[in-house]
Amino acid sequence: MFNRTAIAPLEYTRKLWMRSWVGLTILFLYAPLIVLMIFSFNDSKRNVMWKGFTLKYYEKALNNDSLVEAMVNSLTIAFFATIVSLVIGALAAVMLWRFRFPFKGLVEGTMSLPIIVPEICLGVAFLIFFAKVDWPSDLPWPLNLSAITIAHITFCFPFVAMVVRARLASFNKEEEEAAKDLGATEWQAFRDVLLPHLKPSLVAGALLAFTLSLDDFVITFFTSGPDTITFPVKVYSMVRFSVTPEVNAASTILIVLTVALTFIALKYQGVKGISDAH
Amino acid sequence: MTETKQPIIQIRNVSKRFGKVTAVDNVSLDIRAGEFFVLLGPSGCGKTTLLRMIAGFELPTEGQIVIDGQDMSLVPPNKRPVNMVFQSYAVFPHMNVTDNVGYGLRISGVSKGEIRDRVSEALELVKLGGFEDRMPDQMSGGQRQRVALARSLVMRPKVLLLDEPLSALDAKLRAQMQFELADLQNKIGITFVTVTHDQDEALSMASRVAVINKGEVAQLAPPSDLYEYPANRFVADFVGSVNIFEGTLTLDEPDKAAVDCPGLGKVYLNHGVTGPHGANVWIALRPEKIYLHVPGEGKAVRAAAQDAPDGHNLARGTIKGMSYLGDVTLYDIQLEGGQIIRVSRPNLSRHDQEDFTWDDKVSMHWRADSPVVLLS
Repeated sequence: MFNRTAIAPLEYTRKLWMRSWVGLTILFLYAPLIVLMIFSFNDSKRNVMWKGFTLKYYEKALNNDSLVEAMVNSLTIAFFATIVSLVIGALAAVMLWRFRFPFKGLVEGTMSLPIIVPEICLGVAFLIFFAKVDWPSDLPWPLNLSAITIAHITFCFPFVAMVVRARLASFNKEEEEAAKDLGATEWQAFRDVLLPHLKPSLVAGALLAFTLSLDDFVITFFTSGPDTITFPVKVYSMVRFSVTPEVNAASTILIVLTVALTFIALKYQGVKGISDAH
Repeated sequence: MTETKQPIIQIRNVSKRFGKVTAVDNVSLDIRAGEFFVLLGPSGCGKTTLLRMIAGFELPTEGQIVIDGQDMSLVPPNKRPVNMVFQSYAVFPHMNVTDNVGYGLRISGVSKGEIRDRVSEALELVKLGGFEDRMPDQMSGGQRQRVALARSLVMRPKVLLLDEPLSALDAKLRAQMQFELADLQNKIGITFVTVTHDQDEALSMASRVAVINKGEVAQLAPPSDLYEYPANRFVADFVGSVNIFEGTLTLDEPDKAAVDCPGLGKVYLNHGVTGPHGANVWIALRPEKIYLHVPGEGKAVRAAAQDAPDGHNLARGTIKGMSYLGDVTLYDIQLEGGQIIRVSRPNLSRHDQEDFTWDDKVSMHWRADSPVVLLS
């Protein structure tokens, strides 16, 4: 029997044009990534024709010492840059939220400058800066990554500060006062009340900083030396000769890594917590 | 609750200025141990600032606050023997009820066993037994408030401060909480200091009320005195509803007084007011203290008003507005001079509200002890 009910205003999924629109969007967003992943298993030197399944490019990528080194460098830089930007960003956000001081607007403006300034300018600026201060380039690993890490912290921490500030706006100051009223010191109130409130934004900020650092190319390109190749810079140099499935394999590993990381963070924090942070 | 007890809180000449704005202006008052003290006033009058100064979240610009004999000038909030229930309750959202209530004990290093006992005792006191593992977002506003209350009470403070404790509750729950708070205070004997803008709340719970206006204490008195013997026009108008008429003091003797009000007529009082003869004064008359009479009952009105000399405490007018509230009906009556007077009449029987209607001519009288003469 024909038993069709009317479509309610919010039942978008029951409208064909809406379904196709969503489908197209997803296709547009993910098709390149999926193609990249599929061709990492392609048994061919060229990346144009499908010649059969193989894992040899994964083997090749993992045996490519300079590629692995670049990957380790990238992860190391991302790790330290994330931790430092998390601390600086969160403290900056709390400072701007809590205190009144002269030139507060100016401080706020300059802090978000690294977000606005074109990356290429930042890259050149860092190049000149590190040359001018004569930053040592022959330090042992991982200290030789310090210049890149510093550059990454510069453009990562404003993002952390932004996310944390957004979260702070929803904090009820009476909760902190209540903690103090019950006998908590300034530090105890921060640890027991403010920090738990900020936790989702710290997780979100850390994720943001980590991925920003991991895939940064422009600034890194200008601050890296011959011994401090990062993954994106390495991939770029490999692609200059030809796009081999080896690059696809390495990229796939990176994608899986970041997705897994995000998934763990979401699992640990709850999707709601992280979306609340924004 | 004896009068001889030394005050638990002494506020001495306390002022608080924020920039050019004076929030609290030279306030001095004593709060006695064991009483239910209410700071009542319109929003922005400085009552919350005063409470926050007692808690230590604001420091007085001038003056001194002494709690239990100890000067609080240099004592931070976490070291004061008072605890506060915040307007937003400020229950910690990431802790369950047990952890919320036990927080203060935990950070002051009380042993686990004692925390458990005291928390369950406090939850029992606020009737939240069985809610130990609930998270705040699984509770109603009223229940969250009980958590906040238990969290403060478990600290056994000398004084419990409550900032607008009932403002976020619906009418029924508010009435119930009013009784419960008063009952709780009676049971545990801790001094309660409450801030409210709601006069019903103040009248029903307080042992004494300080009415605050523009940062100053307008009157400090027990609730019934506040209502029946307001000290000035602000208090008369703020506490309850009232009719106020300007007039001239024409007679003032120890046992009687009279005021000539152009808008209302001659008002006679059976007590003196000790004001200067011929002074400009105001008469405050509560709506429920005015008797309404059907037109043509002139004799009855005169008989009813016999505690005043002939021609006093009587008025005539036309009903211009009515609102039936169930238990009482309010009438807005235009007097012969053009001014409006409000009269409330209890609906003692089911048909009482049918006695009068719009545009009826009515007579009124009031007893000689009903009007209050206000000098300011």
